[in-house]
Amino acid sequence: MRYAVIVFPGSNCDHDCYHAMKHVLGQEVDFIWHKEESFQKKYDGVIIPGGFSYGDYLRTGAIARFSPVMKAVDGFAKCGGLVIGICNGFQILLEAGLLPGAMLRNESLKFICKDVYVKVENEQTPFTRCCNRGDVLRIPIAHAEGNYFADDETLARIEENGQVVLKYCDKDGEISQESNPNGSAHNIAGICNEARNVFGMMPHPERCSEAILGNTDGKNILASMVSHSSIFTGGCSIRYTDYKQAQ
Amino acid sequence: MEKTKKEPSITPELVASHGLSEEEYGRVKVILGRVPTYTELGIFSVMWSEHCSYKSSRKHLGRFPTKAPWVIQGPGENAGVIDIGGGLAAVFKMESHNHPSFIEPYQGAATGVGGILRDVFTMGARPIANMDSLRFGPLDAPKNRYLLDGVVAGIAGYGNCMGIPTIAGETYFNEIYNGNNLVNAFTLGIAKKERIFYGTASGVGNPVIYVGSKTGRDGIHGATMASEEFSEGTEEKRPTVQVGDPFTEKLLLEACLELMSKDLIIGIQDMGAAGLTSSSCEMASRGGSGMEMDLALVPRREEGMIPYELMLSESQERMLIVAKEGMEKVVEDIFKKWDLEAVTIGHVTGDGMLRVKDGGVVVAEIPAKAIADEAPVYDRPSERPIYQDSIQDLNLDLLSVPGDLNGVLFKLLESPTIAEKSWIYRQYDHMVRTNTVVYPGSDAGVVRIKGTNKALAMSVDCNSLYCFLHPKAGGAIAVAEAARNVICSGARPMALTDCLNFGNPEKPETMWQFKEALEGMSLAAEELNTPVVSGNVSFYNETKGLGVYPTPVVGMVGIMDDVSKATTQYFKDEGDVIILLGDTKEELGGTEYLRVVHGLQKGLPPDIDLKAEKALQVAVLEAIDVNLIKSAHDCSEGGFAVALAECCFRGEKEPLGCEVSTPVDRLRKDALLFGESQSRIIISAKPDYAGAVSDIMSSHGVPCRTIGRVGGGSLIIRIGDEEAVNQSVSRLKGIWREAIPKPLKA
Repeated sequence: MRYAVIVFPGSNCDHDCYHAMKHVLGQEVDFIWHKEESFQKKYDGVIIPGGFSYGDYLRTGAIARFSPVMKAVDGFAKCGGLVIGICNGFQILLEAGLLPGAMLRNESLKFICKDVYVKVENEQTPFTRCCNRGDVLRIPIAHAEGNYFADDETLARIEENGQVVLKYCDKDGEISQESNPNGSAHNIAGICNEARNVFGMMPHPERCSEAILGNTDGKNILASMVSHSSIFTGGCSIRYTDYKQAQ
Repeated sequence: MEKTKKEPSITPELVASHGLSEEEYGRVKVILGRVPTYTELGIFSVMWSEHCSYKSSRKHLGRFPTKAPWVIQGPGENAGVIDIGGGLAAVFKMESHNHPSFIEPYQGAATGVGGILRDVFTMGARPIANMDSLRFGPLDAPKNRYLLDGVVAGIAGYGNCMGIPTIAGETYFNEIYNGNNLVNAFTLGIAKKERIFYGTASGVGNPVIYVGSKTGRDGIHGATMASEEFSEGTEEKRPTVQVGDPFTEKLLLEACLELMSKDLIIGIQDMGAAGLTSSSCEMASRGGSGMEMDLALVPRREEGMIPYELMLSESQERMLIVAKEGMEKVVEDIFKKWDLEAVTIGHVTGDGMLRVKDGGVVVAEIPAKAIADEAPVYDRPSERPIYQDSIQDLNLDLLSVPGDLNGVLFKLLESPTIAEKSWIYRQYDHMVRTNTVVYPGSDAGVVRIKGTNKALAMSVDCNSLYCFLHPKAGGAIAVAEAARNVICSGARPMALTDCLNFGNPEKPETMWQFKEALEGMSLAAEELNTPVVSGNVSFYNETKGLGVYPTPVVGMVGIMDDVSKATTQYFKDEGDVIILLGDTKEELGGTEYLRVVHGLQKGLPPDIDLKAEKALQVAVLEAIDVNLIKSAHDCSEGGFAVALAECCFRGEKEPLGCEVSTPVDRLRKDALLFGESQSRIIISAKPDYAGAVSDIMSSHGVPCRTIGRVGGGSLIIRIGDEEAVNQSVSRLKGIWREAIPKPLKA
């Protein structure tokens, strides 16, 4: 499979995503510079990495959405291509209107970097197909604006549609106020679009995909993408259980 | 309206206001053979400031051991460089931003991080880890809470945006830092050994290219400000603090590394303190060349700037490059790709002069070597302070041993200096770049090096109260403890960088502290074979005549050949045996216990036997290498009891208790539990391995005693038959965890 990692000025998890996809999952990966208006190759998925695109000076993701490459991302998503936005990438997808809602400053008004737990609320997406419903994953967050907000109607709709994919929880899977690190509505940590091919999450799966880093829970998310692509392009599928065994 | 300032004429008052002594000014006139222009006066004033010239310290810095086969570059360049094998080099340095951070905590700390990052990537290294060493007054004062909050947010704001993890650090709280907080930032980068770049200018005719942000009026005389004591009206100095833009620096980093991957340049240097002035004359001086620049070509963000301001501005995120002739266009294109300016503003000359023009007019013409390298060097008088005897005097017989030792442990865990620092490091991205193997909170931070099996461990340390009470012992302990922390994480200490924070060097007592501390650091660095490869001196940390404790902070870097050997301080499994290495003596002088419980900052600090320290370090590393040890933690502030509690807390994991006993001893109970005797490490191991551990220790002559087992939910310490401490570890952890956030919520 071949994946594109978008590089905006100020992206800083681009190399981490590249490393995880290429050296941990063994996929082909290209960096795509933000000034490109179209993709030159065929990709099985696009990754919008974390960081501080354009310094996040106006509002997180607010300037990046106008970047030339977002035309290519938008077209790719509209054709059903898999797009995952991680952290700043999630913020950009919200600003670009590819996902519903918006991000507010963390309730504490501080940057928070720590491991949190998230519960898989919907395993029937290309990004969670290697998980089971109710799985609790330990994945780190590192952001100042991850407090997901949407109006009640939108929240009701995305819950109803199964678009809420990951929720912050405690280590036993309990979804509570105490386990919500940033004040997100409904403890939302990750959502997808109605068509399930565009997904945004605040926690960083690429940071916990190798045993030497002490945690491989994030690999389930990235492997899900690869597994989905393999099926839909006729390759062999990587099953969740294989990964569990490998761990 | 004419916005351009008129240049003032040179008067004795103007000279004095530039911080130049009469003698120094006389020297300027001899060098020039005439009265300086206003621009030249400004240039001499910043370059001969304490901050840039090291005029009070230079003579003494020569004492440091700086050589070893693995040292590629010692002090004197933008950063130190060591060989870490596999064709790779580690490039690192530490620098202070104390004065700016006190005046404007967020920007002061942020630009401190920005500056040290540039020092490292200017040498062709990609920064992979940051650390910081911070000191504030107690948190009950609102001003100190404001400073802590601002400094931490500033470090986070800059480092996080740059995508460099902050993986370790230290923070102390003491009234002595009320008027002068200390903010020291460390950066380490990785480069290919044969692709190290230096700040040098050579090759007559080669273009001098200005890259990065535009120049504004910010930070003018920042270096001079950092070379003075604070007095009333310090707030008015806010305009001398620069404003950081980490986004631009991120672009500058990527553009510079792209530039350096090609064969385009001769030399490159960051425009840090003293901006365009220091970068131009230092590069020319190192290359034995001259340089001619036209300031009319310098990109600027404000109108009407005069040459004086352009030369002295400390606007951030700028670099000066000497490129190979004919490569101007290629360089410009790389920077254009990253939306940055690159403008050729001059060229290298062969006459050794720094010639600065404004349009066609020469506004400064000085021999580059004279400014950069021929600054006055002072052998300032030094004298042991008259109060030294009285602060070292401590009669333990007059101190009663507290009856409630549990209560003492609570008090120590609640002391912000000992308490958990997660309120600080959670604001730092400590995982970005996916290399962090050991998170902040353990003895040293550990990052793996991708594409190899290796990792680097690093730690910053200094107990400044020890240094106040006995500068030589304190200096030696700073080096020994930093190395011990690196050892506890499973790495071999290789070299160190330092940040020497002291008071006013014009006071003989300050110079005595300085010389003594350097002597102690040198002895330890020699014994442990960890040369000094870079560093920074910050004098004048003094307000209204009161100086800080001598605070020579050490940043130690070690190598681990096999990253899977990375070890933490946390107990791992129930049933493991706990072994105490090293001797406990009756040493309470300078301890956190004495300060917190008895309100005394007195006595002699613990004794340090460098031979015993070396033996301990070698032995522990050997035991880690053969996989005998599950955890290792050194005893520092708070002594044995606090170290044991920290092993139980286990960072983010659930705490795990332990039960240990020590035989009844001739020692006082408080010394046994809370004394800070050096060269002690608590390790845990599988019970089956206890014998093998003991064999290794005895082969190195290291005292080694099995004292108990991991398990249960309580920390239990018995002295003979008496239960001295028995507390739930969850409760202890709660106290330790809440101590810093609590006053900040108020």
